[in-house]
Amino acid sequence: MASSGPKQVLYDPVFDNNPITLQMLGICSALAVTTRMDTALTMCVAVIAVLVLSNASISLIRNHIPTNVRIIIHMTIIASLVIVVDEMLKAYAYDISKRMSVFVGLIITNCIVLGRAEAFAMKYGVGMSILDAIGNALGYSVILIAVAFFRELFGSGTIFGVTILPLTTDGGWYNANGLMLLAPSAFFIIGLLIWALRAWKPEQVEKSEYKIQVHRMEAI
Amino acid sequence: MSEKQAQSSTGLLAKWRSMPNDSAAKMLVVTVSLCFVCSVIVSGVAITLRPMQVANKALEKNRVILESAGLLDEEKTEDIQTLFDERVEVRVVDLGSGEYVDISNPKTHDQRKASKDPTRNYPIPNERDVANIKRRAQQASVYLVRREGKLQNLIIPVHGYGLWSTMYGFLALESDIKTVTGLSFYEHAETPGLGGEIDNPKWRARWVGKFSHDEQGSPRLEVVKGRVDDSRDGAVHQVDGIAGATLTSVGVSNMMRYWLGDNGFGPYLAKLRANSEG
Repeated sequence: MASSGPKQVLYDPVFDNNPITLQMLGICSALAVTTRMDTALTMCVAVIAVLVLSNASISLIRNHIPTNVRIIIHMTIIASLVIVVDEMLKAYAYDISKRMSVFVGLIITNCIVLGRAEAFAMKYGVGMSILDAIGNALGYSVILIAVAFFRELFGSGTIFGVTILPLTTDGGWYNANGLMLLAPSAFFIIGLLIWALRAWKPEQVEKSEYKIQVHRMEAI
Repeated sequence: MSEKQAQSSTGLLAKWRSMPNDSAAKMLVVTVSLCFVCSVIVSGVAITLRPMQVANKALEKNRVILESAGLLDEEKTEDIQTLFDERVEVRVVDLGSGEYVDISNPKTHDQRKASKDPTRNYPIPNERDVANIKRRAQQASVYLVRREGKLQNLIIPVHGYGLWSTMYGFLALESDIKTVTGLSFYEHAETPGLGGEIDNPKWRARWVGKFSHDEQGSPRLEVVKGRVDDSRDGAVHQVDGIAGATLTSVGVSNMMRYWLGDNGFGPYLAKLRANSEG
């Protein structure tokens, strides 16, 4: 990645090196906040804000961070940013912040944020770090929104609260799939997305760690 | 940081730049100043946004009051504050005597603040403190909803300790002062998905139509473990427990027992019932 230009830094994480589907980071929040589009979108905005600001500020002071305590310094910066975002949500989007409850606070432990700080912002300039942050946050957002789209559509028959599939309980024809509202469905959808993505880009398929040999009797 | 130009720059800055990143002094300076900057930012944001958050909370409280009385479904309006001002009458009650207290602006009575003020609170004796709240305000706010001059709903504030947190909510009763119209919580920190299910509309709907008092007028309303057996006596006073949230359910039961009991709103409710019958 050392020789990659700004364009690659920005676009790579969206599909080619997606933090969720390839690096398997940040999955916990992808389960929790994706039952509805509006919470997922708020989460995306929050993660974009936190990631950009944390990458920018860490990259800004990267030459003065003592290596021994760098993780603590990253966490201090990230935690402060998350608290700021949480307070903002409580002031400006109270309803949504209530529904997201603890999950905004859990951005602190979102591995993508710390991962990018450690892997990228510590080594590159502010501009590139911001691009990297936007790219990774977008990669995260694409998956989150895709998962939320399917879960809300099939779980509640709505998109952003607007009815698309009228539910039988309201006199429509669509029988809501309750599983979609539960956490496991997010795993299924993420799994299917990974499958689809790797069918499209086969180079993302990991090499198998061992090969199953054909069983041969005469070898014994 | 390996530049050897320290001599050409001057004083402190030069010394600073020549210092290795992992020296104890630099580590201390960097961490302390970072903590300082972060705390200034965090507290600055918290203080600036406080008024808006307080307003949001107050509005949420009013929304929950309306919700518990079923007014939100009835009116289908977005403007909570107007609906609240139009339909809900706020009164202040002295819990000991059960009489209304006439204060100039009952809407500004802050029961929670009063419960922390030694001149205005009442330390609950240990053996009576079933809701585990230690002290309560001497005077409580009650909310009356009238229709054509007649009492339609009475809403009383209730709170008690659950598993992790004190749960604050409102219990709405019909004009007979025993049929439950609804129960809603506006503040708690129970586990999302388990104890947090006290916010679940489906569970809250199970409270509707239950009786808070029995024939003799003594308070009886509880959350039972598992499902309520409708064939048994007393099923009208019981609500299904929440799976995986036994302690929260017990907390809600205790809260009901305390606030409907003699030490809570008991005297007030008895007076109100006597008046409506007499």
